[in-house]
Amino acid sequence: MAGDVMMRGVGDSLPVPEFDAAAWVVPKQLANATVAIVTSAALHRSTDEGFQPGDTEYRLLPSDARDLVLGHWSPNFDRSGIAIDLNVVFPIDRLDELAAQGVIGAVAPRHASFAGNQPDDVATIRIDSGPRAAAELKADGVDIVLLTPV
Amino acid sequence: MSTLAHVFEAAGIATVTLAATKSVVERMQPPRALFCEFPLGRPLGKPGDAEFQHDVLARAFAILDAETGPVLESHPQVIEADETPLTCALPPRFDPSLPPAVDEANGMRKAFDRALQRRGVTSVGRVVEPDGIPGALQILDDIANGVHWKEAGIPGSNTTALCHDIRTYYEEAALELVDGPPPGGRAAEAWYFESTQAGRTVMAARAAIKEQGAPHPAWFYMAPGHR
Repeated sequence: MAGDVMMRGVGDSLPVPEFDAAAWVVPKQLANATVAIVTSAALHRSTDEGFQPGDTEYRLLPSDARDLVLGHWSPNFDRSGIAIDLNVVFPIDRLDELAAQGVIGAVAPRHASFAGNQPDDVATIRIDSGPRAAAELKADGVDIVLLTPV
Repeated sequence: MSTLAHVFEAAGIATVTLAATKSVVERMQPPRALFCEFPLGRPLGKPGDAEFQHDVLARAFAILDAETGPVLESHPQVIEADETPLTCALPPRFDPSLPPAVDEANGMRKAFDRALQRRGVTSVGRVVEPDGIPGALQILDDIANGVHWKEAGIPGSNTTALCHDIRTYYEEAALELVDGPPPGGRAAEAWYFESTQAGRTVMAARAAIKEQGAPHPAWFYMAPGHR
């Protein structure tokens, strides 16, 4: 069986948490909004502490950082794409271009990176590290977040 | 990703999610999502193609115009992974006194160094630095030939991290050895596991570790699950 077919099949049977009262924010107009990326690729700066298996914490990535390495522990996705072009996972250069064109208001000064392979209950990122990361980006003036998986 | 979308939205930040698995996003219902049926590991679809990446972003950001949600849309283009091994020259046998994978890893070093010089960064180094890759393959070759995995001296006692470093060393080097457009998703993986001595050694060691009765995570995550 092809790898992606198998992994998407695994996703079909994964238990997922329930969100009874889903929040909804009326977005600021994109041309005036500060946009950040939040990725689950476990990217981190080469000089930062790497991700451990089951790591529920996050790393903040300065907007001008390009020394990003892959800290994800799963062998079940393509890694060559990001080795060729960081933007295929973390489209930071594309956001810079959109800001220069005035399509978005600004690129956030910092972005957040989590590890996608979380414990099944995702309890920590839901009630602890996730809200902390959101508060840090909120303090940076972030209006809109683009979430990118691997 | 969908969990974080709910968390960030609850914190007052509007979110739009690039979703890789439709069944998950359908059940979790993040506020706004664009399902992109692209190779896993490539959420923007095409490395080195800024125009295509901008198309993905434009479709994702357009969902922000919706007045109510949740909203789930799909990118109209499907990109399937390519599991045909990329065409990449391998170094000739140089030192027949070494196991083939160790000899091969030594021969890949110049290509790896060019990759490192070009990119300025490498994802090798979780438990083994580039200098240690041939030695890491010697350890796996020992295991494949009967040494017990617990007595083989696995760096960090972590087979997953060790295999990550070896595979990454090879894949980063291979990208320096191929011409033309970027290879499809999983083509480098297929080349590594099916064409290189290193990939064969990893798979042989994986089978040996399983046979030795190691816990499931100790051998299973040495390679993708479908292998």
